[in-house]
Amino acid sequence: MSEDSNHSAAQPARPAVQTRRFSVSLVWIVPIVAVLVGISLVVHNWLQEGPSIQVTFKTGQGLEANKTAVKYRNVVIGQVSEVELSQDQKSVTATIKLVKQAENFTRQDSLFWVVRPRIGAGGVTGIDTLFSGDFIGADAGQSDTRAKTFTGLETPPPITYGEPGKRFNLHASDLGSLGVGSPVYYRKIQVGQVVSYALDANGKGVNVEVFVHAPNDAFVTDNTRFWNASGVDVEVGANGFALRTESLSSLMVGGVAFRAPDYSPDDQPAAEDKTFELFDDRPAALAPPAGKAQYLALRFDQSLRGLKVGAPVEFLGMEFGRVVAINLDFDAKTRTFPVNVGIVIYPQRLGQAHTKMLKVLNHNPDDEQAGVRLMGTFIDNGLRAQARSGNLLTGQLYIALDFYPKAPKVTFDPTARPITIPTIPSSLEQLQEQFQAMVEKINKLPIERIAGNLDANLVELRKALKQFNGKTLPGIEGTLQDMSTTLKSANATLADDSPQREQLSQTLDDLGRMTRSMRELADYLKRNPESLLRGRPDNAPADALQPSSRQ
Amino acid sequence: MNAPPVASELGLVLCHACGLACDNRDHPTQCPRCAAPLHERKPESLTRTWAYLIAALVFYIPANLLPVMNTKLFGAGDDSTIMSGVLEFWAHGSWDIALIIFIASIAVPATKFVALGLLLVTVQRGSTWAQRQRSKLFRFVELIGYWSMLDVIVVALVAALVKFQALGDIEPRLGILFFGMVVVFTMLAAMSFDPRLIWQPPNGKEPAHE
Repeated sequence: MSEDSNHSAAQPARPAVQTRRFSVSLVWIVPIVAVLVGISLVVHNWLQEGPSIQVTFKTGQGLEANKTAVKYRNVVIGQVSEVELSQDQKSVTATIKLVKQAENFTRQDSLFWVVRPRIGAGGVTGIDTLFSGDFIGADAGQSDTRAKTFTGLETPPPITYGEPGKRFNLHASDLGSLGVGSPVYYRKIQVGQVVSYALDANGKGVNVEVFVHAPNDAFVTDNTRFWNASGVDVEVGANGFALRTESLSSLMVGGVAFRAPDYSPDDQPAAEDKTFELFDDRPAALAPPAGKAQYLALRFDQSLRGLKVGAPVEFLGMEFGRVVAINLDFDAKTRTFPVNVGIVIYPQRLGQAHTKMLKVLNHNPDDEQAGVRLMGTFIDNGLRAQARSGNLLTGQLYIALDFYPKAPKVTFDPTARPITIPTIPSSLEQLQEQFQAMVEKINKLPIERIAGNLDANLVELRKALKQFNGKTLPGIEGTLQDMSTTLKSANATLADDSPQREQLSQTLDDLGRMTRSMRELADYLKRNPESLLRGRPDNAPADALQPSSRQ
Repeated sequence: MNAPPVASELGLVLCHACGLACDNRDHPTQCPRCAAPLHERKPESLTRTWAYLIAALVFYIPANLLPVMNTKLFGAGDDSTIMSGVLEFWAHGSWDIALIIFIASIAVPATKFVALGLLLVTVQRGSTWAQRQRSKLFRFVELIGYWSMLDVIVVALVAALVKFQALGDIEPRLGILFFGMVVVFTMLAAMSFDPRLIWQPPNGKEPAHE
């Protein structure tokens, strides 16, 4: 058979059959592919595996393992994989698996906080979490060191995501009604917010950190003044009532406003983290720089009702200081109760006057002794303090420093600290004294005698008047009647239809006719002078008489 | 042996496709009636079954670890794996649904792995132990095989139906693909297993095995 021959001939072919390329079934490709897919999944997962961090929160409210997402700019960058109580049971530790791209969030100063619906100073935030559940917000830090454990914030940081702008530190005596998130206004436009606040290290003030968004941060200059624009600022001072507010929202949540004084030459935008003073109100903030403060003591021997701490101190009408203390004292010598008033003045606030004076007197403001001597000279020239009534309506007092050259001389003690300025009684008090003196004088007047004399005089006067009435007046009456009759008759004579007037006109007419006759006669005689001798001829023409009358 | 002769003794082979008993003496490769390939036993039955079973086992791991479904409700996405879904239903009191999902998605594939593994091992060792029960077990495995597809269908259906944009949205995740692969491969494994090998005499050599 050919098969047999083939078999022998195909003997070398046998190894070919045995060494078939696929000694195993092709079906094994399937599990191999499956394993490869599995391995690729594992590798992919391993490559995608981001860092795992632990964040501690005070409560685990809203945190659910494998459910709560970690978001940055509303993009999921990780997930809470585990929530458990910390070992000391004082906090909750959430283990967060971050995605690969979120490496930056392991920087040491990264922030984590739970986003929940909140109604805060800046409005309502986190409404969407009402439906979607809470999530953890994150903000990457700048630090170069990495960390595995973080402490979660209880409130979201007001400024996140590396927002452009600048932070500034404000130093205030108290916080007022400010809070984190309180707005910062520039010309009543909100340009930033309060980021944080803390007490001073020594507890004597408050440091408030504000953030001003770019590009408005450029308006914060070296000369800029910040003031507290919180709520309604009702001020009852010696100058009357003042009511100010920055905006309606600042009424409720407080706020800070800033502005540079109108005249601020060479103003440069302030550097980041510059510290400013936070003034209580706008006038205080925009007042010229106070300069060096000087404490003075005053001693009044009068009631100072209406004088309050903070009342202004004026020099010739210029406000340049304020009252800082009012204390009642007892004088053992005179057994009286004087009032000690402490004031602080800022001579630099006098502006031009101050600088010019320094120049003329060649005075160095840092030289204390010279300052005391200068004050002594002033006092010798009559510098006195006086508590004056600034507002009659409210009865507020203020302290006025003024020159009274006629004031009684006092001895100035240059060693006393603080420098004591002699006082003179207030103008109102002086007025009272003068008024009293006047009243006393009036009291001393012999009013009764004057009244007696006056009475006698009045009796005389009455008598005289009676005489006048009884005798003189009737005579005058008769005279007046006569005069009236005379006037009446004169009137009748001059009346239009009176016979006298008629006669007068008739007489005048007759006179006229007579004149004409006389002229005719004269003419006739001129032409016929012979008629004087012969008489008038009988045939004389009638018209011979006429022409002259017509000319 | 008092038993009736088996097909191989008579030189007969059954066509898998049309059921025709063919004469196997000259080793025909095709069924004379329907032209389907003729094998005495399913070719490479044990190897294929093993391969498919191992592939299914490999896929079973990601199928259970990876999320199968992403439920988005009011913007909050939530990935759920098969087991987490079961636990969630259980925790919410729907223990019946939890049980169904558990049986269909976890218990059934696991049972299949165990059953097929058992069959393969016993067949390879030529064990005569509980042949009838093993035969029943195989039929059971074949029967329950496609029920595991329940999960895949649920996810497909829900993902197609729940599309409410912002309100709610369900999307399938990679895990369900692996789960589907597991089901497919276990079914392939069951298909490629030849139950007649259970009855193979211990000394009998598996044909077509190279």
